[in-house]
Amino acid sequence: MDDAELLAQLLGGDEKAFAELVGRYHASLVRVARYYVNSDASAQDVAQETWIAVMKGADRFEGRSSFKTWLFRILVNRARSLGVKEHRTVPVDPSDSSTSVAARRFDEGGAWREPPVPFTERIDDAINNERILRLVHDAITRLPEPQQAVVTLRDVQGLSTMDVAQLLGLSEANVRVILHRGRARVRGDVESKLNGGGS
Amino acid sequence: MRVLAHPLVCRDAVELMSDYLEGSLSRRDRRRLEKHLVGCEHCSAYLEQMRVTIAASGVVAPEDLEPEALDDLVEIFRKFHENDEP
Repeated sequence: MDDAELLAQLLGGDEKAFAELVGRYHASLVRVARYYVNSDASAQDVAQETWIAVMKGADRFEGRSSFKTWLFRILVNRARSLGVKEHRTVPVDPSDSSTSVAARRFDEGGAWREPPVPFTERIDDAINNERILRLVHDAITRLPEPQQAVVTLRDVQGLSTMDVAQLLGLSEANVRVILHRGRARVRGDVESKLNGGGS
Repeated sequence: MRVLAHPLVCRDAVELMSDYLEGSLSRRDRRRLEKHLVGCEHCSAYLEQMRVTIAASGVVAPEDLEPEALDDLVEIFRKFHENDEP
């Protein structure tokens, strides 16, 4: 069932529809909120307030954007307000000078010295592979902000780069750079866990 | 940028992979990368790892949601709808 149908049922008082939407989005809401607020507890509070706003119909969904864009907009507005109250300094991407892969893995000419080993034979195998799913999602939760917020919105929830940029108040070019660094870090993290080697 | 005319080395190729998958590389960089990938199995493996990482990111793992968080929210939802009961 799609999100808009679940929302309609939720507004009619259907608890299962509500729980289904919470399952799809709550963890991501908390992670994105964390970009704006000072603690995990505050992020949980903001995510909870977002659901309360949804069930009260306070911000009406009119189908002009996708449900998820609308939902994350409610969250970001609330998280940003709380962040201001908490005197939060929104973090900037910390890894300006870092490379996707450790320099020692390339030779002087820039060719692979320690090449990557495929995670699995095929992508279909990977998305059915519990271990890889777990490793990828664990790695995302360890990303520094703003990489965690960007990767969550773009890759976990599949929002467009434009929507991510608008939500977070960043340029699209900036989103792409942060996304690139976040993905590289997740890949490296998974690789080192699978191979027991470095990233 | 004259440097772009040189063939890619692996160390630089990996920095283009995310934008390549986003479809946001310039036509010129896309061609340079694709040319490199044809001859480089290691960078092709890296690209595949990146694809797997992104595909796996999009599969929402139910364990990500703490059961207590769901219980709390469902409790709030029930209280909110208690007044609806006939």
